[in-house]
Parts: sequence; structure tokens; C-alpha cells
Amino acid sequence: MSLPTLSYRPNPWGGTLAVWGGFALILAVAPLFWTSSFAQTMLSQIGIAIIACLAYNMLLGQGGMLSFGHAVYSGLGSFLTIHTLNLVSAGTLNIPVSLLPVVGGLSGMLFAALLGWVTTKKSGTTFAMITMGVGELVWSMSLMIPEFFGGEGGISGNRVVGKPVMGISFGPQIQVYYLIAVYCFISTALMYAMTRTPLGRILNAVRDNPERVEFIGYDTQMVRFLAFMISGFFSGVAGGLGALNFEIVTAEVVGAARSGAYLLFVFLGGATFFFGPILGAVLMVIALVLLSELTKAWLLYLGLVFLLMVMYAPGGLASLIMMNVRVAAFGKLKRVLGHYLVLGITGLLALAGMAAMIEMLYHLQLNAALGPTMKFLGVALDAGTVASWAGALALMVVGGGLFEWRRRGFARTWGAIQSEIEHSIQQREGRA
Amino acid sequence: MLSSGLTLIFSMMGVLNFAHASFYMVGAYIAYTLTGVLGFWLALLVAPLAVGALGALFETTALRRVHKFGHVPELLITFGLSYVVLELVQLIWGRTPVPFSPPELLQGPAFTIVQSPSSGFSMVWGAASEALCQGAQCSRFPMTRAFMMVVALAMLVSLWLLLTRTRIGLVIQAALTHPEAVESLGHNVPRVFMLVFGSGCALAGLAGVIGGITFVTEPAMAAVVGSIIFVVVVVGGMGSLAGAFVASLLIGLLQTLPLTVDASIADAINRLAGAGTVGDGTPGWPLLRITLAQAAPILPYLLLVLMLIFRPKGLLGTRES
Repeated sequence: MSLPTLSYRPNPWGGTLAVWGGFALILAVAPLFWTSSFAQTMLSQIGIAIIACLAYNMLLGQGGMLSFGHAVYSGLGSFLTIHTLNLVSAGTLNIPVSLLPVVGGLSGMLFAALLGWVTTKKSGTTFAMITMGVGELVWSMSLMIPEFFGGEGGISGNRVVGKPVMGISFGPQIQVYYLIAVYCFISTALMYAMTRTPLGRILNAVRDNPERVEFIGYDTQMVRFLAFMISGFFSGVAGGLGALNFEIVTAEVVGAARSGAYLLFVFLGGATFFFGPILGAVLMVIALVLLSELTKAWLLYLGLVFLLMVMYAPGGLASLIMMNVRVAAFGKLKRVLGHYLVLGITGLLALAGMAAMIEMLYHLQLNAALGPTMKFLGVALDAGTVASWAGALALMVVGGGLFEWRRRGFARTWGAIQSEIEHSIQQREGRA
Repeated sequence: MLSSGLTLIFSMMGVLNFAHASFYMVGAYIAYTLTGVLGFWLALLVAPLAVGALGALFETTALRRVHKFGHVPELLITFGLSYVVLELVQLIWGRTPVPFSPPELLQGPAFTIVQSPSSGFSMVWGAASEALCQGAQCSRFPMTRAFMMVVALAMLVSLWLLLTRTRIGLVIQAALTHPEAVESLGHNVPRVFMLVFGSGCALAGLAGVIGGITFVTEPAMAAVVGSIIFVVVVVGGMGSLAGAFVASLLIGLLQTLPLTVDASIADAINRLAGAGTVGDGTPGWPLLRITLAQAAPILPYLLLVLMLIFRPKGLLGTRES
């Protein structure tokens, strides 16, 4: 995958402890700030999504493998976890509930080993198509075997099993959250460590230049297969945690929509940086839970944002952040801040105009029975009158025009700053 | 038959288009709208052209921009497009199926196979008379399907002739493999790419019009064919026109034939080894119990997996990825 990368690290070792400590701290205190049960469910989902997205990015970002069927491994992990949980409830097995996600992980790895042997034979676009085929295969099977997949209703379980250990019964959501947080931290650390191992390094090499890797004596298929299995393991852990969190698993966890969501949000977060998928995971839960409540047109917005991101910022959010961190490190951030403010305001104007029109269209389409009036951002709009349409259109055109005009000025400044930075880096290297 | 048309374009484009099925759907919807204005036959002509124009527009504005980043962003951008198209279609035409029925000429059966006890098999063009069908079994073959076959075959033959026998075809094939060389010979390669992508989308649109009248025109129609065409491409072999044709035939048969067989592995074992060998208590009973008809939807994907194990190149594949 030849996405533009930045090889700038402000302080290679000194910041490591601060970053990981900060991550652990955020995980630990987050539920103390958002105490409502809704917020805690969302935090739990974010924790799960972080593991799943990082596992996915092991393939996409680090191995250059674009998988369209990754939900299979997290989904099958979910199913096996819930079946195991039910066996534990029935007294057949004796595994502590806190270790059940590992069961999910192992089953995810097992299926990844089984199916990955076929899928990793190819790379590039063929790999994408094959993973899609395998995903469809499992999805169609899920409807055929109701004994395992639970048919339409899914399979439910009860995570409160056995005697509480030290008062932890996993009944309250907060206890489940901390279980997820611990798994999330350990998995993230393990996956980060994995990028530092020879396997992680050779995986990057397989992504960038498979021929050379073959020449120096590695089997590229084997490397991809190993990465696929490890990714399957962590996906399975995420799936297992999901099963414990919701206490119900339906067939949609292996579906194509779930796989598509992983891909979309990992890319939006940024596949070229290790922390990109974490941003993506947070975005994913926010978008899936909040945005879909807010507007009916959220899939359209999501698709448009994705298109623009692929076209203009193929490194995702993470690369945008890192580029600005780089500018800040060279003390030039002040010069672009004004531009950001202007661009933000004009962009928002254009967006509001466009969104108003989309919302009016959706309103006419879906809520025709409720009459043409509706509320959008606190403004009452009458989707039946020319005035509101003209207003929205004017807002979009004016905002968009101003945005484009200012964007050109910004692009000039940005280009100048970048070449100044390049220049000073060269000077510094020349002196050293 | 339908996916044969779809996949052909795929293989010659070089760019994998995840939104291909979306263009197929758009074709059906545009034709549906145009039919109300122009009548079906004109719509059959105009809708693919419109879809082709949309495809060319997408190529010039978006796809070309990410071309320099490599294959994966190209794939991703078409993937994003498929989301947007699905939502836009739902926005414009609603979420429920639209009544897009074939024109008078294509309604009713193309021919009828009459199987009567007295005279054996016989075939009657058009609908068989009521009198004939009494006391005999009539199977009618719908006109729309016959039309679909005719169009698909015509499309295949003309495409094949165009690609192998004409100058334009040579330039297109060369531009896919050696863009620099073709450029230096004085051909406008970006325009060739635009035309190829546009015509690919136009063909998808054509398939969509025919698919729309044969099946249901609804927002889910893209998802129905979406993943199957990828299977066809892989099974047939990447970049092989003939392979795509053979594979689409094979997969068409695989999808329809097992529907007529209502037997499972358990039945087979019981018949061979005596009744009652396997039953409710046997391990793996849920798997053994599935009838072939129930398993029909997964067979194409199973074929894909088997194909990859035994012949990763595909049936007639030449180009390694």
C-alpha cells in the first residue's frame, strides 16, 4: 500500500511511558466522568472496537491486506464465547468468566488458521475479493445452521455465573467495562509489541516490496498467514468481549456490514499510524450509536466523508494530526491557526446548507405523513416551500465558494511551511 | 447469464470496481424513470448511456486523483462510492421496490415445453394453448430470460470482437499493461481509461435494465449480485474474458440446479448404509441434515474456496495478481 507516510517521531523513547501511562489513565478514569449507564455501555463498546480495529489494521496498515470479511473472525469468536458461557452456566465446563474472551480469541485464531490458509495465498485486490467471498460464505452458513448461529433471534447467555470473586460478579456494567479496559490495554500493548518484532518488521516489508522479501529467503505467504492468525486472535478477543458485553450474539456480527464498518473506520482513523485505528474505533462507536440516532441520512454523510478522505487525506485522521504536530514542533503552528478558523467557519456554513437540503429530502421521503415542516439544528424548515430550499442552496454555494477561495490561500501557506521544514531538516542533517 | 456481462468489464478494466453492482442498480432505476417518459426501448438505449456518463464523470473527478496512490485506494474509493450510491438511490426512489415491469413484447413465455403422455416432448413458441396444456405438463420459459440471454451473448461477442479485432481494442489492452509506452506512441491514456471505465459502467447499466425487468428493482439489488460477481472473476481467472464467461455459466448452474434436489448428506448415508444409520443423535447432525437446496446459496463461495486450493489461477486465468 503506497500511502504517504511520515517518518517523524518527536522523541523516540522518552515519551513512551507517558503515552502508555496516559492511555491506561484514560481507560481507568473514563467511566468516572461519564457515569450514566448509557455512556458506560458506549465506553465498553469503544474498548471492544479499539481491539477489533487494531487487529484489523494489522492486516490493512501493516500488511497491506485489504480484508472485506474480517467480521467473520470477531463474529465467530463471539459465537464460540457465548456457547462456552452457556456451557459454563450449565456446569459442564469450569472456566472463569474473565478468561472467556481468551476462548473467543483462540477460536478466532482457529478459524483464521483454517480460512486464512486459502485467503492469504493471494495478495492485493485478489485478496480483497477472496475475503469478501469467505465472508459471504460464513454469512450464508449462519442462516443455514440455526443450532450454532441461533437463526434470527441469535443466542443469548448470562454472564453472571458462579460465586462472585472478590465481589466481582460481572453483573453491573462498570465491572464489565473494567474487564474490557484491561483486555483493551493488554491487547493494544501486545499488538504494539508485535510491530516491533522481526515478524512485524518483515510484515511491513511484505507490504512494501514482496519480491525483495522473497529474494532474501522469506515465504511471503507464510508471513501473511501468521499475521492473519494473530489478527484473527485479537479479533476473536474483541468478539468474545462483545458477547460478554451484550449477553446476546446474533448472526449479524459475521455480516458484510460489520466488515465494511471495520474497514471504513480504520481507514478514517488512519491506517498508516499505529494509533490511527484507536481514533477510528472511537469514531465508529460514536457514529454508529449517536449519529444514527441524530439523522436518518448518516450513511450518506459517512460515505461522502469517506470518499473525500480517500481523495484528499489518504493517511486518515492520524496523518492529519501528525502533520500538524510536525508543524507545531517546528513552531509554525501559529501561522495556520487563523486559516483553520476561517476554513472551519466557511466549511461549516457550506456543510449546514448541504445537510439542510439532504435532511429536507429525507424528511419528504420518510416522514411525508408528518407534514412538510421539520426542525433542523433548531431552525424550523418547511420542506414544501421554495424559500427554505433557496436559503439552504445559497448557504451551501456561498459557504462553499468562500471555503474554496480561502483553501487556496491556506494551501499556499501550508506548502511554504512544509518546504521551510524540509529545508531546516536538511540543514540540521548537514550540520550533524 | 447476467453476471457474465458484468464480469467481462471487470476483467478488462484493470481497476477493480466495488461500485460496479451500484452502477447496475442505478441503470435499473434510471431505466425505470425513463420508461415513463420515453418508453422501454428508448430507455434501454438511453439508460446505459447515462450510467456510462456517470461512470466517466466519477473516473475523471475522483478515481483519477487516487490512481497515483496505487490499487488499494482505488478499491477503497469505489467501496465508498457504493455506500453513497445506495443512499442516494434510496433518497431519490425510496426504500421499497418500484414496479418496473417488462414491456408488452417481453411479457409472457418465450416458448413452452409440453410434456404430454400421448405425444412425448414437444416445444411450442410463445404460450401454449390452454387445450394443449390440459392433460400435459407445461413448463414455460419466460421471455425476459430469453431476452437477457440474447443481449448477454450479443454483448459478449461484440466486446470480444472489439477488443481483439479492432485498433481501439488493441490500444485499450496495451494501455492497461504498458501505459507509458502507449502514451509515448501518442495516445491519450487518461482518456482511454475514462472511456473504458465509462463503457464498463454503461454495460453494467445495460445489465441493470435487463436485471430490473427480470427480477425486482429495489435498493437491495446491488447487494444481491455484488459479491457473486467477484466470485465469478476469481473463479474464471483474473483478466480472462473467456474465463469469466465459463465461470458465470458454471455459477449460474450451481445456483439454480441444486434448488431442485431436496436431499441431504444424511439421506445419502441412510440410503447407502441402510435406513437409520444417522439420525437425530449423531454428532454433526445439524450439518448432515441440510439439504442441497438449502445449501445452494453457499455453493458458489464453496467453489471459490475449492478453486483457490486446487487451481489458484482460476479456470482460464493468465494474469497473476
